[in-house]
Amino acid sequence: MAYLLLEDGSVYPGESFGDARDVVGEVVFNTGMTGYQELLSDPSYHGQIVVMTYPLIGNYGVNDEDNESEGVWVRGFIVHEQTEAPSNWKMKDTIAGHLQKAGVPALAGVDTRAITRKLREYGTMRGIITCDPNAEALEKARTYSIQNPVGAVTCKAPYRIGGEGRRLVAVLDMGIKHGVFHSLTRRGCDLIVYPSHTEADEILSKDPDGIFLSNGPGDPKDNGAIIEQIRRLTDYKPVFGVCLGYQLIALAVGGDTCKLRYGHRGGNHPVKDVAQGRTYITSQNHGYAVIPGSLPDNVEITHLNWNDRTLEGIRLTDRPVFGVQFHPEGSPGPSDTAYLFDRFIALMDTKRKGAN
Amino acid sequence: MHTGDSIVVAPTQTLRDAEYQMLRSAAINIVNKLRIEGGCNIQFALDTDSMEYYVIEVNPRVSRSSSLASKATGYPIAKVAARIAVGYNLDEIENGVTGKTTACFEPVLDYVVVKIPRWPFDKFVRADKQIGTRMKATGEVMAIGLSFEAALLKAVRSLEQGLYSLDTGLDVLGDEKLEARLYEVSCERLFVVAEALRRGMPVDKIYRITTIDPWFLDKIRRIVVTEKEISGLPLKKWTPDLMRRVKKTGFSDKAVAQLTGSAESDVRALRESMGIRPVFRMVDTCAGEFDAVSPYYYSCYGVQGESGPPSKKTVVVLGSGPIRIGQGVEFDYCSVHCAWALRRAGYETVIINNNPETVSTDFDTSDRLYFEPLTEEDVLGVLAVEQPVGVVCQFGGQTAIKLAHCVASAGYRIRGTSLADIDAAEDRKRFDALLAKLKIPRPEGATVFTREEAVRAANDLGYPVLVRPSYVLGGQGMEIAHNNRQICEYMDIINLTAQEHPILVDKYLLGQELEVDAICDGEDVLIPGIMEHVERAGIHSGDSISLYPPQNVPDEQLDRIVELTRALSRKLHVKGLVNIQYILFNDEVYVIEVNPRSSRTVPFISKATGLPVVDLGVKASLGMKLADLGYGTGLYEGPGIVAVKLPVFSSEKLPGVEVSLGPEMKSTGEVIGLGSNVTEAMVKGFVAAGMMNKRGGVLISVNKKDRELVLPVARVLANEGCTLYATPGTAKYLGIQGLVVTAVPKISQSHDALLKLLMDGHINIIIDTPTRGREPERDGFRMRRAAVERGVTCLTSLDTATALVQSMRSWSVLGCTHPIELGEANGRAGKAGKNPA
Repeated sequence: MAYLLLEDGSVYPGESFGDARDVVGEVVFNTGMTGYQELLSDPSYHGQIVVMTYPLIGNYGVNDEDNESEGVWVRGFIVHEQTEAPSNWKMKDTIAGHLQKAGVPALAGVDTRAITRKLREYGTMRGIITCDPNAEALEKARTYSIQNPVGAVTCKAPYRIGGEGRRLVAVLDMGIKHGVFHSLTRRGCDLIVYPSHTEADEILSKDPDGIFLSNGPGDPKDNGAIIEQIRRLTDYKPVFGVCLGYQLIALAVGGDTCKLRYGHRGGNHPVKDVAQGRTYITSQNHGYAVIPGSLPDNVEITHLNWNDRTLEGIRLTDRPVFGVQFHPEGSPGPSDTAYLFDRFIALMDTKRKGAN
Repeated sequence: MHTGDSIVVAPTQTLRDAEYQMLRSAAINIVNKLRIEGGCNIQFALDTDSMEYYVIEVNPRVSRSSSLASKATGYPIAKVAARIAVGYNLDEIENGVTGKTTACFEPVLDYVVVKIPRWPFDKFVRADKQIGTRMKATGEVMAIGLSFEAALLKAVRSLEQGLYSLDTGLDVLGDEKLEARLYEVSCERLFVVAEALRRGMPVDKIYRITTIDPWFLDKIRRIVVTEKEISGLPLKKWTPDLMRRVKKTGFSDKAVAQLTGSAESDVRALRESMGIRPVFRMVDTCAGEFDAVSPYYYSCYGVQGESGPPSKKTVVVLGSGPIRIGQGVEFDYCSVHCAWALRRAGYETVIINNNPETVSTDFDTSDRLYFEPLTEEDVLGVLAVEQPVGVVCQFGGQTAIKLAHCVASAGYRIRGTSLADIDAAEDRKRFDALLAKLKIPRPEGATVFTREEAVRAANDLGYPVLVRPSYVLGGQGMEIAHNNRQICEYMDIINLTAQEHPILVDKYLLGQELEVDAICDGEDVLIPGIMEHVERAGIHSGDSISLYPPQNVPDEQLDRIVELTRALSRKLHVKGLVNIQYILFNDEVYVIEVNPRSSRTVPFISKATGLPVVDLGVKASLGMKLADLGYGTGLYEGPGIVAVKLPVFSSEKLPGVEVSLGPEMKSTGEVIGLGSNVTEAMVKGFVAAGMMNKRGGVLISVNKKDRELVLPVARVLANEGCTLYATPGTAKYLGIQGLVVTAVPKISQSHDALLKLLMDGHINIIIDTPTRGREPERDGFRMRRAAVERGVTCLTSLDTATALVQSMRSWSVLGCTHPIELGEANGRAGKAGKNPA
């Protein structure tokens, strides 16, 4: 028996099936019915305990191909039922085996809908997975805060991907997913992936065709130094930001962000492309949003979440810079908005033509 | 395998996100390329060992699967498609379940859904149970659970086939036979797989044989393991932990009782004493992400429930379960209208049902919908949280009426006709006593349990006799026996399933059948209409052509029927609807049966007369007086039009099934024909039933005693330009009467000649009055089967044949029919209809 103890003192019992140690984190829920392996390896979940709303997790096991990064970033994993006998042609391990190897605590047999309803009502909470839900554990949960999460997930040194491409994209890795690499390389881009703290000059010295700002964990406002560099980058190159990358663009041009009550995590969120007048189903994973009223005049709103009308995409009217809150690369989730990568490619190509 | 015959699970269980998204993207690309606006159904086949997939079919419309998908997810596909059709975009249509988001999203589930088809093989015991590309199921059930195991077991008991676990008694099969059965793709495969697992056959091996994904096999294995664990374990040894685990796995109290050899009530009492009760969770389209305003519910164990506090004005309507022969969508019509009537009367309505194909399981038909099996345990679970002021059992067919006992003994109030009075109609002895008291004649009969008793009773009464189980609908298991051998055969078939109630053996009268649906408020009676059956008695009322108003019955007999209906309804203290079947034999009106509930003909009579029959029935059951409801009492005068109801059969899709009509219902649907006179109504009915354009060759093969009767039929056919063929005896007779007939040897005489005629498409209609019997080897049986499988119309009653040829002649003469303005006709009836008793 082990427990998820939330900061409000509520306790949810379950059986431990991952690593046996205690772990604290921010508790969030995800509504995806598939894609747990991608989710576990998504660095944006660093510092978070993820509750899955779909009750049967691990049905198709874990394989060598579906990781979005090297390693498991989710801090703790909460499910209703973990599948002991999974089945899929690619399967190499069970969910339990995978989490144990990665040293990640996990609970099964938990009333995940009850937690979801609680978070929906009271907002995201901190929590602790523990065998002993006592006052000390509660205190640990209540005092938890994460320091420099982007620094923890970014790469240590720059590296290149590809070599045959027609364009060079500099990727600022704040917790990048493999899905983004595939989306860019498939479109004829070579990539140089930089650690998040890289100076703009270093990046610009390679004269890339464009800059991609990745997703990543934590409060966007904790990234002051990175925002400084981004401000410089946007003056010179086409920039495309996704999720955290998008939020940092907004902050770089003087906008503001706020924390959402319980965030958007799943693969079924409708987002309206305002210019097209068309709504797309998107993959989402974020706990913060850009405040529309905070943005200067040279920023145009391009996308809105059609469930709660929060801001999900912007573009600068005076520079080839844009970003979206959701994940056009899917992984997991739909890739109906992959056209945004094409838009990025077009911006780069236009810019280069103009330069020539 | 036809999707309609597949067990379906939602959402996908064994697909990785990459595989799921690949198919999803393909679907969206197809829909975009085809510029679909509205619903579209796409079927894929995905290789289980690669990323290769095939598109099997694209249906640019709402499909059978759409209703299942709608009910499984809470996303009302047809409703949204309709709004799209009138110009809305998805992001402009409200999501009615959440009330705050739009239809432009993809629903997420936080539960598992299992659909199991409902096959008619309990009625068609000799039918071929293999399933393939041609759909054989008549309906389906859907169950929702927190685990696959729980959803599967719920679905199994929703089928109402007397199954409460995966154990169907296949232990009698030898190992080799069982393994052979695993290869068969049949409706019993789920249970064969369970039995193989029970015997310890490895999942791998079963997978190799069946190619059912090991994920599902392992889940079934877990059910079997639990089954073994509790099998024979005395209740006193049960711990709360075990009980909790078993209930979470989805085992019903009844299954536990069967496995432990105890009484269901004892299991329930023990469970409740342990404080283990079902709770209800929401289907809300969004896995809890948003608050929901009109969700629906399913039961589960061991988690937090979401039901609100009971209100003081809730009435629960018990639905009718899966569509099957004998209990079709007519009862859903009644349940839905009942819920609407209750809502209009100021009650909060709750529907319990498990049929994803129906309107009653739309989340907005009732105030609260519970997607649950219609068994005692599951219904009591809902009632415990709803605490209704009333439960309505009379609109959901036999499914609902069967539950009246347990509902009443749990202390809930049955609205309408009381339990004691329902029993007085259904219980043979009490019903006989009542008829004797009212001096109403009925065919003589007896109740029996064993073959020996049945044979004795039949000999006392004199053959032919009608044999049937009590408390059934659609004449299930009903047969006419002409001798001792037949009665033994039928008794054996009936007793294949254990009978809680006695079996009825009645003298069989070959008279004319009439049927009445009536509304009674305990005192006054309103009879919307009397229906006359075209076929003589012995053919199930659901399979006979029915006429409203009667065309060939003298007024005094109709008066007598009104009088008897009034007397019986009053005596049975009917509050609500009652259906009574009569037989006219030698100028005497006999009562065959009284059903104190809504019947199969309620939608027909409602549409034919324009009377809101269910609404009035509900009002009467709530205690309102007919005199105050504005439609008068006595026999309703009606709109002055003629309505005919014709049955529609699916025999061609069910190999091995006897085609000829009998006392057990076989039709799977019906059509209505409305006309200003009987001729037009009949013509329209036959056209709608697809029988009118079948001219050309007609093959006649009748019993000696029917030859004279078939002569006028044959004459009309000849005049209508049909080519007549007949078996030797019939041909000779018709030839002597001056008709040009080609004689064809019987199948037993020469296998080829007759079959060749059929194969070559020379025959479009067969008129064949069969010798009775279920034995498929009979000549006539083989001929009829061969015929229906080639789309030939088979008429086995001369009454039907007469009606059809008359309509053919009328159709030739009329050349066209006229539309009936129902609203106008009904308005006329409303003015004329005050017809006091």
